[in-house]
Amino acid sequence: MTVATTTRRGTAWHRLRRNRLSFAGVLVLSGVVITVIVGPLLWRVDPIAIDLANRLAAPSALHPLGTDIQGRDLLARILHGGRVTLFVAVASVVVALVFGSGAGLLSGFVRGWFDTAVMRVADVLLAFPPLLLALVIAAARGPGVANTILAVSIPALPRFARLMRAQSLAIREREYVLAAWAVGLSPLRILFRHVLPNAVGPVTVQASIAAGIAVLEVAGLGFLGLGVQPPSPELGAILVDSQTYLLQQPTAVLAPGIVISLSILGFNLLGDALGDVFDVGSGS
Amino acid sequence: MNGKETVVRGIDLRVAFRTEDGRRVRAVDGVDLEVGRGEIHGLVGESGCGKTTLGRALLGLVPLTGGRVIVDGVDIGELRGRRLRRARARMQMIFQSPWGSLNPRMRVGTAIAEALRAHRRVSRAEVRPRVEALLAMVGLPAEAADRYPAAFSGGQRQRIAIARALAVEPRFIVADEAVASLDVSVGEQILELLVGLRDRLGLSYLFISHDLGVVERVADRVTVMYLGRVVERAAADELFRAPAHPYTVALLAAAPGRFPREVRRAFVLSGDPPSPVDPPSGCVFWPRCPVGPTVDPSRTICRTEVPPPTTVGDGHVVACHFPGEVRLPDPVLR
Repeated sequence: MTVATTTRRGTAWHRLRRNRLSFAGVLVLSGVVITVIVGPLLWRVDPIAIDLANRLAAPSALHPLGTDIQGRDLLARILHGGRVTLFVAVASVVVALVFGSGAGLLSGFVRGWFDTAVMRVADVLLAFPPLLLALVIAAARGPGVANTILAVSIPALPRFARLMRAQSLAIREREYVLAAWAVGLSPLRILFRHVLPNAVGPVTVQASIAAGIAVLEVAGLGFLGLGVQPPSPELGAILVDSQTYLLQQPTAVLAPGIVISLSILGFNLLGDALGDVFDVGSGS
Repeated sequence: MNGKETVVRGIDLRVAFRTEDGRRVRAVDGVDLEVGRGEIHGLVGESGCGKTTLGRALLGLVPLTGGRVIVDGVDIGELRGRRLRRARARMQMIFQSPWGSLNPRMRVGTAIAEALRAHRRVSRAEVRPRVEALLAMVGLPAEAADRYPAAFSGGQRQRIAIARALAVEPRFIVADEAVASLDVSVGEQILELLVGLRDRLGLSYLFISHDLGVVERVADRVTVMYLGRVVERAAADELFRAPAHPYTVALLAAAPGRFPREVRRAFVLSGDPPSPVDPPSGCVFWPRCPVGPTVDPSRTICRTEVPPPTTVGDGHVVACHFPGEVRLPDPVLR
């Protein structure tokens, strides 16, 4: 008998390489992520050390991006702030992914009243513009890392739930799932071993795109003073701080803006790339 | 069935769905079925007549709205939970499409092992040899266990699906168009495998097919369905030699390769099968029947009364008010 020798992993990597734009996206995103993770370890300047003698210093060897109005090193602030912003954004997507798709998976699998209840809650959440809902939650719960994660993840829940429910509904009718019932496997085993692994593809694409949106929302909440609180650096907070002296120190606005843009671009291109890898749309 | 023990028995089976607009469709409408040990029971009828639904309902894959399924003398409807799953697993299914019946993200060995351990304690050390034994039984090498379904051809996949079904040591297998989507030569091998397993393991089959030639060769008895009901049942040779229901006659006459074209034309049914949402009154076949009230208006009974099953020969049962009126010409071809 003849058996193909390529593994699944191998072909996925191959497909990713074939699309240059997707590949560029993955490079950009890994660039940003590596920079904010490794950067603070190499550039060991304290991002919150005030040096009033050196306010708004021009870029130099000592301060590659200059300093802000309180004399704090901007490079260090961007590196640490990027770390915080990305961490909070990714964390909120993970929360939304786990709870949203968890609810959707179960919803499509068991159907009935549970499905109806979950979908009505999702409809209610979807009725609000995401950023507005995030603002309301952040304002009600107060600022801070945990509350920002909550505020950004809740508006993202319904999309994950709906997407996963649609997958779950489709997969539960597949013949291998019927065969699993016929064999007499337990419902939990069928859900986690047969339905879930075949339903996750589109959700990972959605997660990547949602991460881009989350970066924007985390920075937005920070900008409005409802997100991560000073003195902890955060890209949105740096932006709002520096807009008052935009003309004296343009790097203080440009640098965080560029990091935010690159992360969003990277996440979106990664989403496209994952779409190619999982062949979302062709149904296989 | 010649007095052999009954393995699976369905009594007055009914399956009804609701359509999107809330109307009731009776996909299976009061079907009785009995399959004996070692029997291959053919189930034929045009698409949409409820063959697949009947097969799935026996296994509990679609909920019954009426009737009982009895396996080895045990009424499945009286069991719950783990015992129900175990009893149901005595019945397995081979699906039409080998492409859809295997989980693409699970290694073949894992899928078979999962079935092996579903109802029995099998130690870790025992699993691999038993998986390999099952693969060997369906004619696949032991290495197949380590691969994903994507690595296999349609015929090989169908063998894997059979191995998985055999892992739970079933007594009865519903083969739903199990060879229909395969190349003829490959389908032939799978057919041989299924019949061989019947002989070796004493399995029984409900062999669902639209290919009458295949059914004639492998089936011991044949049931003909039309619009969710049984219209005729007989031993295979009897049914193919002397069909008594006008629908069976039309079905046989239409089958490719049995009769010259002129004969096929003469027996072609008029119209489409009626919608099961709104079935005809009385005998569901009357609007298309060549000897029914559309041809002979005096036969009002066809429109008013459901024909009861009538015995016309040894184990030959027909649901028709005027059985045997339409006869097949002697086969000329083949």
